[in-house]
Amino acid sequence: MRFKKEYDFVHLSRYFYVFSIALTVAGLIFLATMGLNYSVDFKAGSNVDVSLSKNLTLEQINPAISDVGISSEPSITIGEKRVNIRYDEVLESDQDAALQTAVKKLDAKASFEINTVDTEMAKELARNAIYAVLISCLGIIAYVSIRFEWRFALGAIVALMHDAFIVVAIFSIFRLEVDMTFIIAVLTIIGYSINDTIVIFDRIRENLRFGKQKTYEDLKILVNKSVAQTLMRSLYTAFTVFIAAFCLLILGGESIKMFSLAMVIGLLFGAYSSIFIASPLWLLLKKRQKLPVKSSTAK
Amino acid sequence: MKRLMSFIITVVVLLGVMVFTTPGLLDKVRLGLDLKGGFEILYHAEPMETGGELSRASLQKTAESLEKRANALGTSEPEVTTEGTDRIRLKIAGVTDEAEVRKKMKEPAVLTFRSAAEGDAANTYSKIELVGSDFVENAAEVERDKLNQPIISIKVKDKKKFAEITERLLGKEMAIYLDEQLLSTPPTVRAVLTDGAASISGGYTIDQARELADTINLGALPLKLTEKYSQSVGATLGKKSLDQTIMAGLIGSLIILIFMIMMYRLPGILASFALILHTWLLILIFVIADFTLTLPGIAAFILGIGMAVDANIITNERIREEMRSGKSILSSVKAGNKTSFRTVMDANVTTIIVAAVMFAFGTGAVKGFALILIVEIVLSIATNLYFAHWMLTVLVKAGILKKSKQFGVKESDIRAL
Repeated sequence: MRFKKEYDFVHLSRYFYVFSIALTVAGLIFLATMGLNYSVDFKAGSNVDVSLSKNLTLEQINPAISDVGISSEPSITIGEKRVNIRYDEVLESDQDAALQTAVKKLDAKASFEINTVDTEMAKELARNAIYAVLISCLGIIAYVSIRFEWRFALGAIVALMHDAFIVVAIFSIFRLEVDMTFIIAVLTIIGYSINDTIVIFDRIRENLRFGKQKTYEDLKILVNKSVAQTLMRSLYTAFTVFIAAFCLLILGGESIKMFSLAMVIGLLFGAYSSIFIASPLWLLLKKRQKLPVKSSTAK
Repeated sequence: MKRLMSFIITVVVLLGVMVFTTPGLLDKVRLGLDLKGGFEILYHAEPMETGGELSRASLQKTAESLEKRANALGTSEPEVTTEGTDRIRLKIAGVTDEAEVRKKMKEPAVLTFRSAAEGDAANTYSKIELVGSDFVENAAEVERDKLNQPIISIKVKDKKKFAEITERLLGKEMAIYLDEQLLSTPPTVRAVLTDGAASISGGYTIDQARELADTINLGALPLKLTEKYSQSVGATLGKKSLDQTIMAGLIGSLIILIFMIMMYRLPGILASFALILHTWLLILIFVIADFTLTLPGIAAFILGIGMAVDANIITNERIREEMRSGKSILSSVKAGNKTSFRTVMDANVTTIIVAAVMFAFGTGAVKGFALILIVEIVLSIATNLYFAHWMLTVLVKAGILKKSKQFGVKESDIRAL
């Protein structure tokens, strides 16, 4: 199961840089114009998820809930044995009790999940999460600079930011719903991304010890070799974690669907960025360091 | 041979313990509200009157009174915690009449001084003489009387009213209530008090006296609670989510284990054993530390297994690589263990740094998630690095693993040294 053929990952990365930059720009445009499709977690309002024992139609539900005394117009989504009712106003406890009674008249076995939120809470969680990520980047820079060197740290952080941003961008482009668990998913992706990148960097560091790399070509060969040596591990690991996330996506509960989807996308990009973004970026930075040495020896 | 024996004993004992304890452990894992049904409300507390201050003590008191009220309503294990400087989180599982509970909870704590009305049975007091807002804010203090007994000094706003009450109740008992709960033995009115100041004595310990003073201060300045966030999950919906997610987790884990065994043969079986041990230990820690398992928690849990697999894949790939370069099996395993150890440690420590920062700066769900991640990584280092490496070394030294084929490496791939 080894690649007999030698791939030039560094060369290929040029195309992937274009791809990643294009995706980032597209993401920025979408984020700036359309924003994210926030769930009720980020919007003031109430979200009522009803699990039913039989299927109900819009014609049955609409009249039943129209006279419970809630002024704002709900948006209702009918699913297989479930109904989602969303209000842009926060339901008072007696209103939500009245709503439950009204739906129970249609289906006595209905089970409810009601989420009410003041936007401040979710925003605060998101804000804290962003701060946490930025501060942890400092932690990564410190640790990787000590154990490796600062160029690795920079490469790792660019890859990590890239992965997190791409997931946010994809959720924006495809108008997927962003809820509180999405924040957790992005944080997990960051964890994996850094894990994945460090393993490849570790191999580059190890190969650097053997032999002196004098030219850019030497370094390029070294990066290609290191990526190739860890490629099977990268693929296997990405595959196993992907399986776990994919099972959650297909079979897991409704409430973690979006979480799993974000994870699946993030994992694929995490594996991709370690190979095609982080390592070539390190090479790019290393080249700048090497150049003055080369020019002085040329004299 | 001695090593092999200890290997066999370790594996058999661990297997036995795991098989024997797992069902009991699973029952003991505390489930979050999103899994077992119930509701959670986050309150924002602010003083009832504008300009009043919100102290740590009054927040704590309010939380305690919320818990007492929830208990009084007959709910099971209400959980009330204060967060930050002005928030209280309330979690109640399995409530039938949610609207009623929510309404009750929101009412401010009512402090009343009562006397026995006509027709009251012994030790019951129904005539309300003074309410919390009659007292001067933050004026209740613990002092000591001449006999060095703790007493509580209080001040009321309306001196005339207080004089009238004390005159009428001279020699009678005046009971202190918080909501409908009687606090301590009712003190007796000993004098007509005209200056609006009084002291309550009743053989209190210093702690009891302090608590009573705090309660009176709180009653004088009750906190207004507004619902910031609430989540309510029907019990059946929660159960369904749990079942689905666990099923997904089991299938995912099974595929991972099969993959590992097919890929790495006997070392794959060892890796699988380490993974199962890792999962079992994680559940054990959940039970011992009394962590609450929520849906994102389960997801982190299952995905963490995928991450733990990485440690095994790195090790085994490295060993294969060493073998292909022509090293003997024993030196391949030794070199593979050594180099992969450093790789995995660096990768894991970096991830722990990220998680630790999340734990320190995150709130709510982020904090819980980060904690599980840290615990999981530390466990993974113990089981998937130390333990898995030890098992592999023992089997190689005992001569059970002696062919490159057992590692999934073809003879033809091995270069001569």
